Amino acid sequence: MVRVAPLDRKLLRDLVEMKGQALAIASVVAAGVAMFVTYHSNFDSLRRTQGAYYERYRFADVFASLKRAPQRLEERIADIPGVAQVDLRVVADVTLDVEGYDEPATGRLISVPAEGRPRLNEVFLRQGRWIEPGRPDEVVVSEAFANAHHLVPGGRLAALINGRRRELQVVGLGLSPEYVYIIPPGELIPDDRRFGILYMERRALGAAFDMEGGFNDVSLSLVPGASAEEAIARLDRVLQPYGGRGAVPRRLQISHWTLDNELAQLQSFGILVPAIFLGVAAFLLNVAMTRALAIQRPQIAALKALGYSNREIGWHYVKWSLVIAFAGALVGIGGGAWLGRGMIAIYNGFFRFPILLYRLSASVAVNASLVALAAGAVGALLAVRRAVRIPPAEAMRPEPPARYRTSFVESRGLRLTHATRMVLRNVERQPARALATVVGISFAVGILLFGFVFLDAMELLAEVQFSLVQRQDVTVSFVEPASSRALHEVASLPGVMAVEPVRTVAVRLRHGHRHRTLALSGMPARPQLSRIVDLEGRAVSLPPEGLMMSRILGQVLGVTPGDEVVVEVLEGARPVRAVKVVGLVDDYMGVAAWMEIGALHRMLREAQTLSGAQMMVDPRALDALYRRLKALPRVAGVAVTQAARDAFRRIMAQNFEIITIFNVSFAVIIAFGVVYNSARISLSERSRELASLRVLGFTIAEISLILLGELALLTLLSVVPGLLVGWGLSLFVLRSFSSEVYRIPLVVTSANVAWSILTVVAAATVSGLAVRRKLDRLDLVAVLKTRE
Amino acid sequence: MSADTATNGLVFEARGITKVYHMGEVEVHALRGVDLTLGAREFVVFLGPSGSGKSTLLNILGGLDTPTSGHVLYHGRDLTEADEGELTLYRRRHVGFVFQFYNLIPSLTARENVALVTEIVEDPMPPEEALRLVGLGARLDHFPAQLSGGEQQRVAIARAIAKRPAVLLCDEPTGALDISTGIVVLEAIARANQELGTCTAVITHNAAIAAMADRVIRLSDGHVASVEANATKRSPGELQW
Repeated sequence: MVRVAPLDRKLLRDLVEMKGQALAIASVVAAGVAMFVTYHSNFDSLRRTQGAYYERYRFADVFASLKRAPQRLEERIADIPGVAQVDLRVVADVTLDVEGYDEPATGRLISVPAEGRPRLNEVFLRQGRWIEPGRPDEVVVSEAFANAHHLVPGGRLAALINGRRRELQVVGLGLSPEYVYIIPPGELIPDDRRFGILYMERRALGAAFDMEGGFNDVSLSLVPGASAEEAIARLDRVLQPYGGRGAVPRRLQISHWTLDNELAQLQSFGILVPAIFLGVAAFLLNVAMTRALAIQRPQIAALKALGYSNREIGWHYVKWSLVIAFAGALVGIGGGAWLGRGMIAIYNGFFRFPILLYRLSASVAVNASLVALAAGAVGALLAVRRAVRIPPAEAMRPEPPARYRTSFVESRGLRLTHATRMVLRNVERQPARALATVVGISFAVGILLFGFVFLDAMELLAEVQFSLVQRQDVTVSFVEPASSRALHEVASLPGVMAVEPVRTVAVRLRHGHRHRTLALSGMPARPQLSRIVDLEGRAVSLPPEGLMMSRILGQVLGVTPGDEVVVEVLEGARPVRAVKVVGLVDDYMGVAAWMEIGALHRMLREAQTLSGAQMMVDPRALDALYRRLKALPRVAGVAVTQAARDAFRRIMAQNFEIITIFNVSFAVIIAFGVVYNSARISLSERSRELASLRVLGFTIAEISLILLGELALLTLLSVVPGLLVGWGLSLFVLRSFSSEVYRIPLVVTSANVAWSILTVVAAATVSGLAVRRKLDRLDLVAVLKTRE
Repeated sequence: MSADTATNGLVFEARGITKVYHMGEVEVHALRGVDLTLGAREFVVFLGPSGSGKSTLLNILGGLDTPTSGHVLYHGRDLTEADEGELTLYRRRHVGFVFQFYNLIPSLTARENVALVTEIVEDPMPPEEALRLVGLGARLDHFPAQLSGGEQQRVAIARAIAKRPAVLLCDEPTGALDISTGIVVLEAIARANQELGTCTAVITHNAAIAAMADRVIRLSDGHVASVEANATKRSPGELQW
């Protein structure tokens, strides 16, 4: 048998005695630790997978696209200082026609060598085989797209390549570090059905796009320590005569950038959320320990008399809370591992890795335990220090009777019932304890409100994006900018009821030393289909001259309205112009810059050209329209708003509803933990008093009122601070969530407020009633005999 | 007869002890200059009404409290000079306490309550032996709540004597007990005094108990009022109250 020191036995039995409270506090700790483990283990798993994948599959450091350059440029590019490897490719977006899918999909054709493998951005072959030399129609298809269309090696799909329909044969399914996160060009949300990557033999692709002996895409890897900025500047100079559209570093490469944003978010959530829970747990432990130590005063005195030192006694009591925290941590680690596995499954739907395994590292588990133990120690330490410091002779005497005074409310001359008076005096007598309870419940209200607000914000974002901004049904983009005649062609397509031109042009916006490469959109002054909408939901119209941009882009470039930016056009004659910024728009999604289409034409010194069009379509004619679009050589890509909306909803449903379920359950845990704890403490402090009242003839209902009245009062007092906590928390998280991808608006509806309050009140009621049941079993005689 | 009875050498020598408590704005003079000595193997009873300073004196002798002025020498070492850590060690190694309300740890059994002490001292007697000495050899694994008041107090005595203390200090050990139970408890204390040779001081306001002491020191209003030596000690069984 294991020998357990008597003090440790005391510890265990005391804990069993206060098991309800211990359980309540341990649950809060467990919730915090579970979140810690979930976020950090996912961060860890993603980070490791990302690192290994990038390294083994040679993810490039710099990416550039251009119009066309001869192959012989390779030497000059390789000579750029810091460049380790150069990979020149042909990349082209084409319209795909997949059997069983009505809408036109977009395929990105990427050239790969038939013999050997790509030097950079290597393809992981999941299934099937690599393309064979001399077989121009063989392609390796990105796994996500293939899965979405049930394509397997041996399957076929058609592509409209340079105006000619070609049957392609799928020989393999692949993945690349360049497309861990795959979103359709110009869009913000992944949609595996509408966008796929197709790897095709270099020679076949070169022939199809008139790129024999040429290339239109460059990837570079750099030697360790080399400056990407410098390499980019030099590469841009080399590529400029060939229609270079401005190179970007890995940091801004869309797939990597998204993944990095996600990692950063995991990390900040992994600190914020556990901090809230463990803070509340420390609070609860402090309150619970203070009370437990008051009850144990005579025992502390006895231990001191027996020769136990302050340190030994202090440690004994600190161990209480450490045991509770550790028990919570163990459950939390288990729960976190389970949730973490679930979260990785979600990530596996978003990010395409050859293998993304869930890994809960020992260091995450150890850190989670340490954080929980630290919270436990902090919570206990203050209470224990106070109690242990009392000189033994003083501890020997019973605690002096609590000092009461008439409450503030009474002093205002209000006449109150006895029960109300007792409730009020008790709250006022221990303001610190009342405050702790209020703070705890406030956090429960706050976490709930935040959860509801977050869900609503996503809903609102979808609503704004797809009802106010993207009112077009279909967007087409052309292979090459076209004349105004193309607009008439589009207008005459089946079912088209309205059409608006779009002219997008690749530009680099420069302001001082800051710059950003993006697509500048020329649109009608008051577009009716694809509109610019600000945070208030108002449509913004474009002035006849000047540049408008997203406020976030303004921040990136450091410009305010009235400033001039340099627009370096990266297409055609590549004019460089100074243009005045006439307005910043608080928009929700993406990073954009707009000009009135006529102003853009004037700036480019071109006739009325367009690079695409927005259409409003009679839904009954959609199928006919799709059939035509799939065959139009001019069309490089088709975006269908309804499909994007569906994709957005799918993602929201997968992701944020789970987060909301977490929030609600954890808020309930906190509310229950806090209220139960307070109720138990009140009961233990006042059982003599309540029993005395019972002896005097009060009914159980009447004494319940005194006990639960206090809790009800504190719960009510928590409502307003709780809403403030929720508001602040939402603001903080939404701000930290806000990125260049989307800015989430903070909208607090009365329904959100009502649900948050009701849920917490319900949790408080249940826990109050759980304690109330103990009043039925109040042993009147025994309680009166107990020496206080 | 003086307060000095050095039969087998001095254990305690107290000189001019005063103790002033501040209770809010009121100053309470619990002890107003107490001189006394206690000898080894001696059995002393402190008699006095409530508020006479008995408990304060006992707490000071036991290192639970420190005097406001004056000195307490234990085997020549000045306890008033000792810091808290030294007082803790002093209590741990030399003093056994018995309180009016027993102060047992309710979550520990009789055996474990005694083990609480035997854990932290050198050369203790086994908890079982200490409990047998107070007549509780059959109730080792009972929790305090399963024991009568007298039994609980005997566990407290076993807990105090298990370390073979040099000093046994008992504060109203029978205060919460009826006569027959009180006698059993006093027998346990007397036995410890005789068999272990422990210097024993018992506080009581029950004059009848004085008959079992070597000396009786009466306190009143913070002073030593009188000191008497008993020519013949009675056994607890002979006491009447």
